[in-house]
Amino acid sequence: MKKTLFDKVWDSHVVRSIKEGPDVLFIDRHMIHEVTSPVAFLGLKNRKLPVLHPEKTFATADHNTPTLNQHLPVADPLSRNQLKALEENAAAHGISYWGLGHKKNGIVHVVGPEYGITQPGATIVCGDSHTSTHGAFGAIAFGIGTSEVEMVLATQCIMQPKPKKMRITIDGKLNHGVTPKDVALFIISQLTTSGATGYFVEYAGEVFRELSMEGRMTVCNLSIEMGARGGMIEPDEKTFTYIKDREFTPKDAAWDKAMEYWSTLHTDEGAAFDKEFTFDGSEIDPMITFGTNPGMGMSITKAIPKAKEIQGSATTYSKSLDYMGYREGDSMIGKPIDYVFIGSCTNGRIEDFRAFAQIVKGHKRAANVTAWLVPGSHNVLKAIKEEGLLEIFEAAEFELREPGCSACLAMNDDKIPAGKYAVSTSNRNFEGRQGPGARTLLASPLVAAAAAITGKITDPRTLI
Amino acid sequence: MAYDSFHTLESTAVPLPIENVDTDQIIPARFLKATERKGFGDNLFRDWRFDQNNNPKEEFVLNNPTYSGKILVGGHNFGSGSSREHAAWAVYDYGFRCVVSSFFADIFKNNCLNIGVLPVQVSEEFLKTIFEAVEENPKTELLIDLPNQKIQINSTGASESFEINAYKKENMLNGYDDIDYLESMKEDIKTFAVNRPL
Repeated sequence: MKKTLFDKVWDSHVVRSIKEGPDVLFIDRHMIHEVTSPVAFLGLKNRKLPVLHPEKTFATADHNTPTLNQHLPVADPLSRNQLKALEENAAAHGISYWGLGHKKNGIVHVVGPEYGITQPGATIVCGDSHTSTHGAFGAIAFGIGTSEVEMVLATQCIMQPKPKKMRITIDGKLNHGVTPKDVALFIISQLTTSGATGYFVEYAGEVFRELSMEGRMTVCNLSIEMGARGGMIEPDEKTFTYIKDREFTPKDAAWDKAMEYWSTLHTDEGAAFDKEFTFDGSEIDPMITFGTNPGMGMSITKAIPKAKEIQGSATTYSKSLDYMGYREGDSMIGKPIDYVFIGSCTNGRIEDFRAFAQIVKGHKRAANVTAWLVPGSHNVLKAIKEEGLLEIFEAAEFELREPGCSACLAMNDDKIPAGKYAVSTSNRNFEGRQGPGARTLLASPLVAAAAAITGKITDPRTLI
Repeated sequence: MAYDSFHTLESTAVPLPIENVDTDQIIPARFLKATERKGFGDNLFRDWRFDQNNNPKEEFVLNNPTYSGKILVGGHNFGSGSSREHAAWAVYDYGFRCVVSSFFADIFKNNCLNIGVLPVQVSEEFLKTIFEAVEENPKTELLIDLPNQKIQINSTGASESFEINAYKKENMLNGYDDIDYLESMKEDIKTFAVNRPL
């Protein structure tokens, strides 16, 4: 029988299929962080259960960590308590813990690939919806709730009905100034935030083949924003080159054996999908969002659509524009902004900072803009320094911080003030996502850089 | 028994006719710092319920004494965004036992099922009928009948059937949870693990 990439990985992990119920799926890698794990550990304690596979479980602190003065004790007592709980739980169960100050610390979806925890053909879960990031390597990776975290800790399995299959094919060449983030925001704008709910997506075609591994991670990361369980890309030479010789990837004979499995991971010619979409890569422009969900995005050069032109409730649409302080028909170009945030599991990798530097080099931060540059991990931070990007950022008067999720979800002190506009390379523009009352415009690192030096929404193509 | 069992529920409903309600609205990230599952209901829809000085916003439905009940009725694509189970906990802790919508985000729906809150998916038309009935008379009661997989507006008798897989239905009816099931097949899991290539 002809199988898709998704079928091959899913089917090989099914321990049992329950009649008229979910599949029991074996999990190869479980990543945990401080926010969604403590109640799961409490559950284990109440049931008197151990962690079945601590060696398949990896803990890092990221959501709730400060991005300044990480050498000092965490000031917020609640955050401190949550970080301490993770450290204690990890120690009690023999789980490796990369906490604050550890050289391997960083955002869970950035460090996983960096250390080779992420591998093709693996099933990977984490109590975080952007776990879909790891699909870039041909893994089945998705976010789960805390009850499910407890389930995986206790049994290394999860119960899930098999999702339907969707393929999104984009051929053609991307235009100058168009990044993986724009590709993803474009897809979401076409499908809406619920267009892929119930599906697992495979991204196929020339555009994704040509992307770097980091670019593929950005695309897969945003799969959840159109409702998909996850997204994945067929592993290829680029994938294998990226993961080879990383700490947790197989070595020597084990590598050869793994390669045998990995080389089977592609969708068979003629395998069926439940839904297919095809787009032309050359028609994608730099994108920006104007509303309060990631599906409310458009080409940066366009005007905000009229309520009558959109699908869905006009009331919800106007509530969204009111929150943003925008009107139907407004052009986005030239709109003033207050903050720029570059970072997150979506765009907090070294290629994102290189892209940002490409535009800001030789310029100064606009006087009306506060910019937070938050690397996704210590490795990224180190590369920023080693590659000389820090000098460019400092000369342009930008502030480079220490790694963490930061203003993407504003759990720590990195909050955008109420009413202020932030161009963010992160993943969600929901009301209050970056702080109560904050207004978020999602965009690529290039668009963020153009906004940071001009103080307003600017087409980055005019600056490259 | 891991959580409350759910059989039938007859209650008035709280209408929230907004689409794409994301879990950041249901519970904002700054309220996710607890290490125990306690008190999340206080912060349910925090920033829609309270202004920046913590004064209740009168126009928000949870602050309107006209509406109450154990059923929350939301617009299309309810619970999108973050996987935080805290959103389902907040819904439960506030006192809701059932959420009705014409479409649910996947993870939120799973999270609800895992803690004993029943997500009931109805057609767009039926959702509209519910909103209209509740708007006309806030005392309108809905009957959620899990054994028969039926939702009914009591005043008019209008009803619709809803889907739930047989395994989850059994769990909800008895208050069983997945860990009980998985523990029962642990030997199979251990055998499976030995043969994994990764």
